[in-house]
Amino acid sequence: MTALEAANSVKTKFGDLLTGPFEFRGDVSLQVADAQKIGEVCGFAKTIGFNYLVDISSVDNYGEDPRWTVVYHLRNIVTGIEIRLKTDVSEEKSELPSVTGTWRTANWHEREIYDMMGIRFSGHPDLRRILMWEGYPHHPLRKDFPLAGKPTDLPGVAFTRITPLEGGPFVTVAGGSDSIAREPRVRLPEEIDGEAPARLAAPAGKADPGNPAAQSEPLEKK
Amino acid sequence: MEIGDSGARAAQAAEELQDFNGEKMVLNMGPSHPATHGVLRIVLELDGEVVTQAEPEVGYLHRGDEKIAENMTYSQFIPYTDRLDYLAPLANNVAYALAVEKLLGVDQKLPPRCQYIRVMCAELARISAHLLGLGAFAMDTGAVTVFLLTFTEREKIYNLAEAASGARLTTSYTRIGGLMRDVPPTWCGQVKQFCDEFEVALGEAETLLTRNRIWVDRLRDLAVVSKEMAIDYGLSGPNLRGSGVDWDLRKNKPYLCYPELEFDVAVGSTGDCYDRYLVRMEEMRQSMLILRQCVQKIPGGWANDAGEPVSIPDGKITLPNKQKVLSSMEELIHQFMLVTEGVNCPPGEIYFGHENPKGELGFYINSRGGGVPYRLKIRAPSFVNLSILSELLPGCMISDVPVVLGSLDFVMGESDR
Repeated sequence: MTALEAANSVKTKFGDLLTGPFEFRGDVSLQVADAQKIGEVCGFAKTIGFNYLVDISSVDNYGEDPRWTVVYHLRNIVTGIEIRLKTDVSEEKSELPSVTGTWRTANWHEREIYDMMGIRFSGHPDLRRILMWEGYPHHPLRKDFPLAGKPTDLPGVAFTRITPLEGGPFVTVAGGSDSIAREPRVRLPEEIDGEAPARLAAPAGKADPGNPAAQSEPLEKK
Repeated sequence: MEIGDSGARAAQAAEELQDFNGEKMVLNMGPSHPATHGVLRIVLELDGEVVTQAEPEVGYLHRGDEKIAENMTYSQFIPYTDRLDYLAPLANNVAYALAVEKLLGVDQKLPPRCQYIRVMCAELARISAHLLGLGAFAMDTGAVTVFLLTFTEREKIYNLAEAASGARLTTSYTRIGGLMRDVPPTWCGQVKQFCDEFEVALGEAETLLTRNRIWVDRLRDLAVVSKEMAIDYGLSGPNLRGSGVDWDLRKNKPYLCYPELEFDVAVGSTGDCYDRYLVRMEEMRQSMLILRQCVQKIPGGWANDAGEPVSIPDGKITLPNKQKVLSSMEELIHQFMLVTEGVNCPPGEIYFGHENPKGELGFYINSRGGGVPYRLKIRAPSFVNLSILSELLPGCMISDVPVVLGSLDFVMGESDR
């Protein structure tokens, strides 16, 4: 059985719920139309031999609807066949069933997605943050989360003086008014619509109470 | 303070202990503990010396590598892969380059010399990572000599990495579509010499451990992972094979020139700590065999007098010859576009899994076209392997915890990304 045949046998079972299979560079993927059915699809996939869950990833399609895509990589560890299941989740809902009952390895993958993207998994035994600390208010892998970070109640790193690289694109102060403008590839919904990004208009380096680097003299003058 | 006779004190102590009977103690192991090999924190609930519950906490080394990747070109991310599994940076470089090449659709078009050098890099990295894992594992169990032996050998691998890439740890040796540069003419000879010396050292380490009564008693039948459990928890690499699952991406999903090379896959039987140790030992031997075959078969020979390419000669993927950049318009444009915009990848999504020393290091790349990934997910083997701890540790003695951790052989830089 090839990956395409396996994908087709999943498709015949669920019919219109699935679209595909799509093939790209040898990877076969199926799109699950209703995210709430992902548990059933995964459960069936396991019965036909996909006993190994390689990975669960998530994609933030910022500025589009539905906003989230959750991607499951399944493998039959005997034959080596792999398929990918994808499902879209809307931002209002931001929730889909957990597959921890099918593969226990899903536990940490789902916790990571919850932590990084803020998508919840119903029926997960222990949905807590995993990489960020408990109580951290943001979801850092979302596209609207700036690379420089956002301020939290916890104190930031205390600098006694300006660090040598401060002012570069990657060393910015979280929450500074120009920190987003200094990022190399920031994605904003305004940009996607083709209009001028409003937040980028603020010129970098102007006096900014939130950013000690911007207040200081340029380094080369010293 | 009243000091009674010893009998009375013992009776009093026993009475006090009665009060504590059944009371559990919570112990924080890590995040800065020598046996956790990095910044892993485990919250252990203890009943006397026996672990009743264990909750691993990860994330102390989280740097947001996936977020960073979305903000730079594919080539710019290569140095960040050095810092994933920092015990095997060469293998990470190879894995990442292959993933991007799969997205570009050129992974089958790599020049043969490049494939052989990449395989040698990956196998050197495997030996290096297993040696560190073994040395630290043995030291946590009280056998310090092995640590000294393995670190002597690792030093030679660092020298080889330095000769090839110019850096000992942060190698960044691969490029999208090839390598940074060819290896120096004497390199293959040095690898051959290393293999000869390493074989002796590995034998010494084995005589110190494999039949050592203390070592066997501490490892055998400890933290048994059944075949089903290993698959269910998504273990990979030596931890999966230690449980008796015959799965090696080099064999089952062959890439590079692995089909041309002869090697065996070590598979355990019971899935205890001793099996995982044995699998790693045998893997190092097999890596050594692969290295010897590569040295013999490398296209172009050791010095590459024929000038076999090590990169795909495509100006839209790899940087052109610098001399031509300075004299020819087309190469200048290619160089400019590659440096400023990055390699132009087609829209699409791919997953590529590489057999890294710790297990399957996978990259899921979601591209919307252009030189920057829209989303890059790193499937870190250590992260997945650690999730089984809360299942494995309960029932162990507290002195077994470092042994279990050592046998799982993880690295936090990769787990936390």
